[in-house]
Amino acid sequence: MGLHTPLYDDHLSLNARMVPFGGWDMPLHYGSQLDEHLAVRARAGMFDVSHMRAVDVVGDGARDFLRRLLANDVARLREPGKALYSCMLNPAGGVLDDLIVYYLGTDGQGADGYRVVVNAATADSDLAWMLSQADTTLQLRPRTDLAMIAVQGPAARELAARHLPSGLAAPALALKPFFAASGAAIGAGDWFVARTGYTGEDGFEILVPADQAPTLWRALAADGVVPCGLGARDTLRLEAGMNLYGQDMDTTVTPLDSGLAWTVAWEPTERVFIGRDALIAQRTTGTFSPFVGLLLTGRGVLRGHQPVLVQGQEAGMITSGGYGPTLGRSIALARLHPGTRLEPGEACAVEIRGKPVAARRVAPPFVRQGAARIDLD
Amino acid sequence: MSQVPSDLRYTKDHEWARDNGDGTISVGITDHAQEALGDLVFVEVPEPGQLVAAGEACAVVESVKAASDIYSPLAGTVATVNATLADAPERINEDPYDQGWIFSLTPADPAAFASLLDADAYARFLEDE
Repeated sequence: MGLHTPLYDDHLSLNARMVPFGGWDMPLHYGSQLDEHLAVRARAGMFDVSHMRAVDVVGDGARDFLRRLLANDVARLREPGKALYSCMLNPAGGVLDDLIVYYLGTDGQGADGYRVVVNAATADSDLAWMLSQADTTLQLRPRTDLAMIAVQGPAARELAARHLPSGLAAPALALKPFFAASGAAIGAGDWFVARTGYTGEDGFEILVPADQAPTLWRALAADGVVPCGLGARDTLRLEAGMNLYGQDMDTTVTPLDSGLAWTVAWEPTERVFIGRDALIAQRTTGTFSPFVGLLLTGRGVLRGHQPVLVQGQEAGMITSGGYGPTLGRSIALARLHPGTRLEPGEACAVEIRGKPVAARRVAPPFVRQGAARIDLD
Repeated sequence: MSQVPSDLRYTKDHEWARDNGDGTISVGITDHAQEALGDLVFVEVPEPGQLVAAGEACAVVESVKAASDIYSPLAGTVATVNATLADAPERINEDPYDQGWIFSLTPADPAAFASLLDADAYARFLEDE
């Protein structure tokens, strides 16, 4: 049996099909994964993402610590509430995890605070790694007292704002993308609303005190926000062209092998971050893997681990694949061997059950804000 | 609780078989199977005229989650296939025992049909599984 989030009983009462995920018992779907997916694209859905771990990094040197720990540069976070996506690397450049870090501003003593949100399956190893790299002046506080609900879809912000503590709704609705607002200023200290997500739709990710999570969940459901499981979360993020840790990247590959070079802050060059030397060596020699989007033009469904064929030769492997409900087509993310030439729009093939099936390279995202962003013809 | 119609025969791989009374047997997957697989998005049917062995993988259904082989309940020759599934695989979810049929076959040994699980035996099998 896995760990239970504060919403576990709600999932059971909604007849969720529960599955083990990252050490937790989580809902896969509540009846129809397709309907849940389409509800997010059309209006609003919600996900229990309480299995993800928020860790507050506070104290003297928090900024310098994260500038060394992360491949992206938290010095880019100048306004309180601003969020940044980054990989955390080992010295060889391998991806230990991908995460979002929020700048919380300075405390009374002038020390910077940050909130890092990491994946469930890697949370324990991430924290151990962070502790091993941290000075004793720093505090790393895992916020296991908080639950997290992602509300996503074109109507998500408006619907979610109705159920925030009074005083937090207005600042939440005023958030720009990739910013967060805390309830601290209005006496709801542990509420934290971020205009972030993992679906390619607008919406919020809401951190809420664990004991208040069921009330929020039920209020959102009563307002027509559709409960969605991990299944829809996976197809939504795949259509959005977003990587999934453990599938699209892990410690055996670098951000450059994973289509995530854009998340590596090369400047300023004097910033030393863990894994930097390895990435620079890889960039210099050009020995990294193209990471591409694929659209299946033949019949079937793309799946992880299927071989990709370029000019009839095995040229790489699908890392995430599936059926894109918004597109009505099968799409994938794939890692190709270094040096493979496959231009956007160029035809290739994918081996499905031993037979080559026609596909084409396309540029993710496949879908954004309810609409296809790739040519389906 | 999933539906197990009494007039059909079943396999432990969750296929059903219907005696059409014209020398052919229709094959599909059970309500239990479609529910476990989740929303279906692709079906690969066999070729009419194809010879299949009992227990041979001869069709594939793919859900949002994964691909699953469909095994022929009996040895025989594929007679017809449900071509409507190409554009509407969800028929298997919506109506697994009728509109969601996958293929029909002419069994090599018509008597073999009676050796498949009857509805009571399949229902007990589901309870034990």
